[in-house]
Amino acid sequence: MTAALALGDDALVLSHRLGEWAGHAPVLEEEVALANIALDLLGQARVLLSLVGDEDELAYLREERAFRNVQLVEQPNGDFAHTIARQLFFSVYQHLLYERLAAGDGTFADLAAKAVKEVAYHRDHAEQWTLRLGGGTAESHERMQRGLDALWRFTGELFQPVEGTGVESIGVDWQALRAEWLAAVTDVVERATLTVPTGRQSGAWQAGAGRQGLHTESFGKMIAEMQHLHRSHPGASW
Amino acid sequence: MAAVTAHQQKHAAAGMADRAQDAAQDPVRAAAFDAAVAADDRIEPRDWMPEAYRASLVRQMAQHAHSEIIGMQPEANWITRAPSLRRKAILMAKVQDEAGHGLYLYSAAETLGTSREELLDKLHAGRQRYSSIFNYPTLTWADVGAIGWLVDGAAITNQVPLCRCSYGPYARAMVRICKEESFHQRQGYELLLALSRGTPAQHEMAQDAVNRWWWPSLMMFGPPDEASAHSEQSMAWKIKRHSNDELRRRFVDICVPQAEALGLTLPDPDIRWNEELGRHDFGDIDWTEFQEVLKGNGPCNEQRLAQRRTAHQEGAWVRDAAAAYATKHATGRPGSTGTTTQPGEATA
Amino acid sequence: MSSSIDWPLWEVFVRSRRGLSHTHAGSLHAPDAEMALRNARDLYTRRSEGVSLWVVPSTAITASSPDEKDSFFEPAGDKPYRHPTFYEIPEGVKHL
Repeated sequence: MTAALALGDDALVLSHRLGEWAGHAPVLEEEVALANIALDLLGQARVLLSLVGDEDELAYLREERAFRNVQLVEQPNGDFAHTIARQLFFSVYQHLLYERLAAGDGTFADLAAKAVKEVAYHRDHAEQWTLRLGGGTAESHERMQRGLDALWRFTGELFQPVEGTGVESIGVDWQALRAEWLAAVTDVVERATLTVPTGRQSGAWQAGAGRQGLHTESFGKMIAEMQHLHRSHPGASW
Repeated sequence: MAAVTAHQQKHAAAGMADRAQDAAQDPVRAAAFDAAVAADDRIEPRDWMPEAYRASLVRQMAQHAHSEIIGMQPEANWITRAPSLRRKAILMAKVQDEAGHGLYLYSAAETLGTSREELLDKLHAGRQRYSSIFNYPTLTWADVGAIGWLVDGAAITNQVPLCRCSYGPYARAMVRICKEESFHQRQGYELLLALSRGTPAQHEMAQDAVNRWWWPSLMMFGPPDEASAHSEQSMAWKIKRHSNDELRRRFVDICVPQAEALGLTLPDPDIRWNEELGRHDFGDIDWTEFQEVLKGNGPCNEQRLAQRRTAHQEGAWVRDAAAAYATKHATGRPGSTGTTTQPGEATA
Repeated sequence: MSSSIDWPLWEVFVRSRRGLSHTHAGSLHAPDAEMALRNARDLYTRRSEGVSLWVVPSTAITASSPDEKDSFFEPAGDKPYRHPTFYEIPEGVKHL
């Protein structure tokens, strides 16, 4: 069940990063919005991880190398534009993927049917903000472009086929997904008067790295913080 | 979850003199106002009201709203370390609620013609307060439970009567808030129960948290009645409906059996049932500590305000961007931004 | 302090379920109508309180003045014949 783990870890890790915004958002309304997205993702993660085993054992007792999330979702929040760029890239991907899963009859169909509605909203949120930051002030435009540029090299990994029964059994066409993703992202980015980055979508040995348990340095610190308390009390229940 | 504390009522009292002045200027409306309050009718935004009543309300609602958003910090401190995914979801939802409650209250304050920006500026400049309880640190996970049980518990005790506050928008906001707060208190209690019944280390963590949060929670009700003659005006206006000591005693009576059920002790050897009075006696509160924290010498005063200021300043470019975008596109944007009328007053 | 522009205020109306009308839930700030709707969704329906939302710029609402309360609303008070209970019907007469 690698697929459940991969998708579950994506949701878990991104939820955690969004949770770091609590108390730091640019405006109160956005505190509420970001928390909603984080809570949706955490809910998805719990369902997906439970397909594999005990959700808490998986979240709190695995080592860094055993996590299967893409590197994109573990990237630190940066400024608000950076977070929105990460949200845009990921939520468009997740939306397109979950639409396919929901339409199939695989293991994830039911879960995806529920999640796809949540994710559609996340995508809308990211798109609305991309438009506003891109078309807002000179400063916001520049910051948004920087966010897109900085995260672009983590987007190639999204389209590495996820191994495992669930996803493969419904036959996700990853090349088609990639093309659709690129078209959708390009559309938003251009409407936001921004430029689609032209660089490589993955580094020299990055393609598929997160899915294989190779992460970026900040991820180790992130899960150290996440797991510390749980690990300090072996066997305790909370 | 803010306590309505002493210094607000001080200001209310200062308004006593103004009140006589208001009434002299507009005796008919002043009489109508007094009659409405006496009849337990609600005062609504566009109604005539004494200036001191308005000022007192704005201050109280502002302090309450500020407390909600500053109160996010001590708990958000544990979101990234919550020890199970279930607890993490609960905590995120709770901190989110606090942002929401802040929003409801700022909105209620706006019905009196004070913008959120103005109130935030005052908070950031240290000219308006928030509940002192949030100047204590959350040192362990059990503190999240103690805040839910004791701090939210004290807040609810304070706030439930405010659902009948004489000012309509405030009362309505409080109804919504109280409904949502009861989840906060229960999750805190449940969290502590799990710890208390857990491993010895967990039990100790829970007891330590209760030891640290108990007295500050009692202080949330404000100074003793004899030292707080100022609440008289607020009581008369029905902005406040019970005295500090009355609410504090009610809270102690509620907590004693709850602590027993938790298997934890309250750090006060003087707590015992007083058969004659039909309530619990309890020990003396260290008001010096209260005054010190109020003056800014609590463990986290500077840190809390600094984080709030930073978040606001670092968010300025985002707010500006969205405003600029709206101006450029002018879709569904109401007129210009600089309205001179009081926003919100029409409908609240 | 920051010099950022204050976003305008919006009034939020929520339809709690189909068949009921929208009722006023509260207000919020948003830079424009699209964001106001989304903020309203996040803030006022996060406990499944609604199935439909309206957002209205606060400045677009014209309200009656409390000073006109008497002339506006009192004249309706002495016209009980507008209410069905005003009329006496013999016992036993049905469907009326």
